[in-house]
Amino acid sequence: MRKLFVLLIVTAVFAVVAVPLTSTHTAQADDPFRVAVVMPSATNDLAFSQSMYDALLFVQEEMGEDNFEFVFQDGTFVVDDAAVALREWALEGYDLIIAHGSQYGAVVEEIAIDFPDTSFAWGTDSDTFGFDNVFAYEAASDQGGFVNGYLAAQLTESGVLGVIGPIETGDAKLYVDGFVAGAVYGDEDITVNVNYIGSFSDVALAAEAAETHVANDADVLTGSAQMVVGAVGVAIDQDEQVLWFGTQANQTSLAPELVVASQVYHWEVVLMDMIELIQDGTLGGESYSLTLENEGLTIEFNEEFEVDEELLDEVDSLIEGIIAGDIPTLMEEDSE
Amino acid sequence: MLSDILTASVIASAIRLATPYIFAGMGETFGQRSGVLNLGVDGIMLLGAFAAYYAVLETGSLLFGVMAALATGMLMGLVMAFVSVTLQAEQGISGIGLYLFGLGLSDMLYQRLVGTPVHVDGFPRVDIPVLTDLPVLGEIFFNHNFLVYVAFASVPLSAFVLTRTTFGLKIRAVGQNPEAADAMGVNVARIRYFTVIIGGAFSGIAGASLSIALVNFFQGNLTAGKGFIAVALVYFGAWRPYWVMAGTLLFSTVDALQLQIKTLENALNLDIPNELAVMAPYVVTLVALIFASKGVEKPTALTKPFERGE
Repeated sequence: MRKLFVLLIVTAVFAVVAVPLTSTHTAQADDPFRVAVVMPSATNDLAFSQSMYDALLFVQEEMGEDNFEFVFQDGTFVVDDAAVALREWALEGYDLIIAHGSQYGAVVEEIAIDFPDTSFAWGTDSDTFGFDNVFAYEAASDQGGFVNGYLAAQLTESGVLGVIGPIETGDAKLYVDGFVAGAVYGDEDITVNVNYIGSFSDVALAAEAAETHVANDADVLTGSAQMVVGAVGVAIDQDEQVLWFGTQANQTSLAPELVVASQVYHWEVVLMDMIELIQDGTLGGESYSLTLENEGLTIEFNEEFEVDEELLDEVDSLIEGIIAGDIPTLMEEDSE
Repeated sequence: MLSDILTASVIASAIRLATPYIFAGMGETFGQRSGVLNLGVDGIMLLGAFAAYYAVLETGSLLFGVMAALATGMLMGLVMAFVSVTLQAEQGISGIGLYLFGLGLSDMLYQRLVGTPVHVDGFPRVDIPVLTDLPVLGEIFFNHNFLVYVAFASVPLSAFVLTRTTFGLKIRAVGQNPEAADAMGVNVARIRYFTVIIGGAFSGIAGASLSIALVNFFQGNLTAGKGFIAVALVYFGAWRPYWVMAGTLLFSTVDALQLQIKTLENALNLDIPNELAVMAPYVVTLVALIFASKGVEKPTALTKPFERGE
């Protein structure tokens, strides 16, 4: 009996603490468009989850708080927890349920079939599973990666660049591949060392990966996913200047002296289209991709970091070339 | 090729990577030697990491950071001791509860008090006159932050306390045969309270070694399960501090090596699947555990609550 009592106490304490994690942000209105989103990390991670949160705020501002409301559950790195939230939201009748993370694909496939009248979206991937009620979205992050890589190749003094990736999949892999291609495009003799640490969340291992890059002469670093704050911390703590290129969200605030530029995702580009389709009765079946052309991807420079005007002009030409399709952003072996 | 892979910086990296595991492992060794399994180590590490980070962020004082981590760890240790010793709850379950509590609370406090990632000036590398400038050895052993040295110093200290002091003898007696220890006048509950609180303090510092020394940021789930690995390393080390350290160094060395190999993969014309590389530390440690565990006896009373007169 006493053990049962203790278990109940522990569970109750945890529940009290954990409930605020399930943050909700709602707006009151008559018949607003209702969206629910599950994300793997915090909405202020300056990376993947923040890019979606910022997009939702943008859409809310565009449509008005009376016409658009959203709830989210962030920090949901356990896929089973995400599955519970997704099913619950489907039962509650949300207009669009988003699983923001490629790790959620299997649960979206499992749940969406049970709720054919509810629209689901997930990414980053292009697979809608052949369902009429599933949208898929991805980012052509190789494009911004290419631009970042080109810039890095121009700014390095050692001729060595270091890349810290999470798991070799999705937009993270595209970004890394694009960065390598861009660096080689900018300087064919450049050395680009790439390290996938096998985790989206192991900040300490990302920090040590960055240390390894620096020990092997890298003076410009980049990386994708929320664990990169560890790598940025290492860059800040070096005696010699180590520059940083960001992706997913604007990472300037992490290290204003070291961040040169960030590729920023604007998911609002695909969200607005999805909402329009759903309101017209199409619940899914479409795949989207953020690109430089549709302005779902933008390159944002750190205003405090001085970049040569000539180099900025080169970047503009580069972006035009990528949009026109004249410059391939992946190397042949990566694009196969 | 070997000279490209096994460099001084890689060994130094292994030493840095080992630091949080050594702190947490030493703390857990004290608890388990007295018969208390604390699976909440990772949660305590997270709270210690946040407490240290927030204290440094607010005050700029590393001393306050360490004190905050220690105090938080001890408080969480007290909670674990109360639940597992006084209330005699099942230790595995209550440890998991403590972990979830630490995971949730640390993230909630971070979101409410800090929000977006902010860098803090953590422990810098200690420049030891003459020694730091030594070729090779200087980079390997004498180019680390203060907490790295504290972690490694805690190993002989823990071994000494456990094997050469009356307190250590009581800890071992309580973990091996609490009834006999009780009959000899040892206060079993008090000893277990002490060890679990000591373990909590170690875990708190383990978290601080991440947030104000290695990474100098905080993020939700910063530890990424390192506390659980530390618990496994205590088993690997057969509840002996030096062996726990050896297991930790084996794990962290393979981790540092796989980072180096992947980094130089193109230069060395290697093609190793990433999945295989990141698995390597776990596989090597698991294989070593199989051999190391032969003939080793764990503390007999481990996970067993004690009640006088049983």
